[in-house]
Amino acid sequence: MKTVSIKVKGAILSIVILLMCLFIWHMATTQKVVTSPSESVNSSEYNSLMGQSGGETVQKTGFPTLTQMGQTIYKQLSHPFYDNGPNDKGIGIQLAYSLARVGLGFLLAMLVAIPLGFLIGMSPLAYEAFNPFIQILKPISPLAWMPIALYTIKDSSISGIFVIFICSVWPMLLNTAFGVANVRKELLNVAKTLEVSPIRKAFLVILPAAAPTILTGMRISMGIAWLVIVAAEMLVGGTGVGYFLWNEWNNLSLSSVIFAILLIGIVGMLLDVAFGRLQKAVSYAD
Amino acid sequence: MWRSVDYKRRFRMQIENSFLKVENLSKSYRADAPPVFEGINFEIERGEFVCIIGHSGCGKTTILNVLAGLEEPTGGNAIMLGKYIKGPSLERGVVFQGHALMPWMTVLQNVCFAVKSKFPDWSKAKISEHAMKYLAMVGLVNAEDKKPSELSGGMKQRVGIARAFAIEPKMLLLDEPFGALDALTRGVIQDELLKICSETNQTVFMITHDVDEAILLSDKILLMSNGPNARIAEIVINTLPKGRQRAHLHHDAMYYPMRNYLVDFLVNRSKDLQARSANGGLVGYQPIVVLPGIDAPVNQ
Repeated sequence: MKTVSIKVKGAILSIVILLMCLFIWHMATTQKVVTSPSESVNSSEYNSLMGQSGGETVQKTGFPTLTQMGQTIYKQLSHPFYDNGPNDKGIGIQLAYSLARVGLGFLLAMLVAIPLGFLIGMSPLAYEAFNPFIQILKPISPLAWMPIALYTIKDSSISGIFVIFICSVWPMLLNTAFGVANVRKELLNVAKTLEVSPIRKAFLVILPAAAPTILTGMRISMGIAWLVIVAAEMLVGGTGVGYFLWNEWNNLSLSSVIFAILLIGIVGMLLDVAFGRLQKAVSYAD
Repeated sequence: MWRSVDYKRRFRMQIENSFLKVENLSKSYRADAPPVFEGINFEIERGEFVCIIGHSGCGKTTILNVLAGLEEPTGGNAIMLGKYIKGPSLERGVVFQGHALMPWMTVLQNVCFAVKSKFPDWSKAKISEHAMKYLAMVGLVNAEDKKPSELSGGMKQRVGIARAFAIEPKMLLLDEPFGALDALTRGVIQDELLKICSETNQTVFMITHDVDEAILLSDKILLMSNGPNARIAEIVINTLPKGRQRAHLHHDAMYYPMRNYLVDFLVNRSKDLQARSANGGLVGYQPIVVLPGIDAPVNQ
């Protein structure tokens, strides 16, 4: 059929794959356990200790069933902003903490990376001077900075922001420098022959010309920042979606852990889509 | 012949009130290699249309860039209106080989960007009106809101020309502006350029590879010998009368002598000077001035 576009077909296929995964999940978590005679003594004892009795329809593992999962999602989403003290906050509040940290760290990184990237991109001398530092600092896992951040800043929340800053700064810095250094010489010559002032040249020629590359850097940075915030919050604790996830693991509530994982994925995707839109808005056909 | 005398007198006058003067210009990119060109001397009179022709690699674009102030010569000077050319200036408008429009700006924004650079105090409306006037002049109407990527090659080049004219420069520098265009489009834009230049009495320096283009447009053609050690070998005065039209060009009695002379240079004589310069025989060389179809070459 020609009327069905490849997009629609793809969407149908996605749903089929999803249903298959859910089915496998369902089958894997709700199978009947038939106790075999040889194991019966030990496992029935163990099962009764665990509050389960052998031979009935039981969960095969501690893994939540689809129903339990659904209940958790419903419970979490119906009260996303409740606050019952430090260890019991709604997922909305936790997400807001994480997003605020990422946002702040990212903004700080932008404030440093874009002007510095401009400088490095425009001046070969600055490039040579800064390049060794960038090359050494770039491959360091942002979490490796955590002890130093905690020691010097003495605040876990700000340390989290610092870690986001340090991981987002490199892709933005390098992409800005690359974009600025590779603005077509012809366009710069046009600006020169028109005696355009340096400020006007920076904002009206170089910035728009390099914007797609800069946005690519920002998109990569945001992706990394969202990866890192979860790990950082697991480490420092207190608030945030990473802390929520770790806390639920300590509660042995796997359904909440899965819920958090799904949410992290969805928010990460939305952030990426947002930056993709921005990227499209500043890109131009040559 | 009266015509010959007339041309010679005109040529002498050019030297007296020279608008642009290039003195002993040379450029080498590496100290251990011979210069790309050396001993370049020529003058351009106000309102004159000058073309420069030569094989690739003789440094035509470098000379144009020196005049634009985008490149520094290794030796020699370029003087415009009594001032040494040091760096780019709004007095000289440049049309680049590859149009060089800002791809994120619309056609109108591209021209306005240039106008605003020249007249920073003008109001937005005045800038836009001025830009529209020049867009109309190059035959671009109803395209002002398009992005360069939506335009054909010919239209892009027209925007480039409108942008250069819109800053009302004292001299226009054209770097092979029609090189990438098909013959039909090129012809139409050549006609437009000719019309605008004669209306505004614009002084133009233009690089071209096209002999017919040079005959149609220029008053004077500089012929460059091959590089390295390229020089201006000959200065050819266009012996076809002003008010030339593309359609009637080949009917003019002077057309074939002119064309044959230029083609003959490119095919045969352009190598001669290089051989002589290798033997050091070109110290103090002055280009010969030629009026094809009128008389034999004369020394300047």
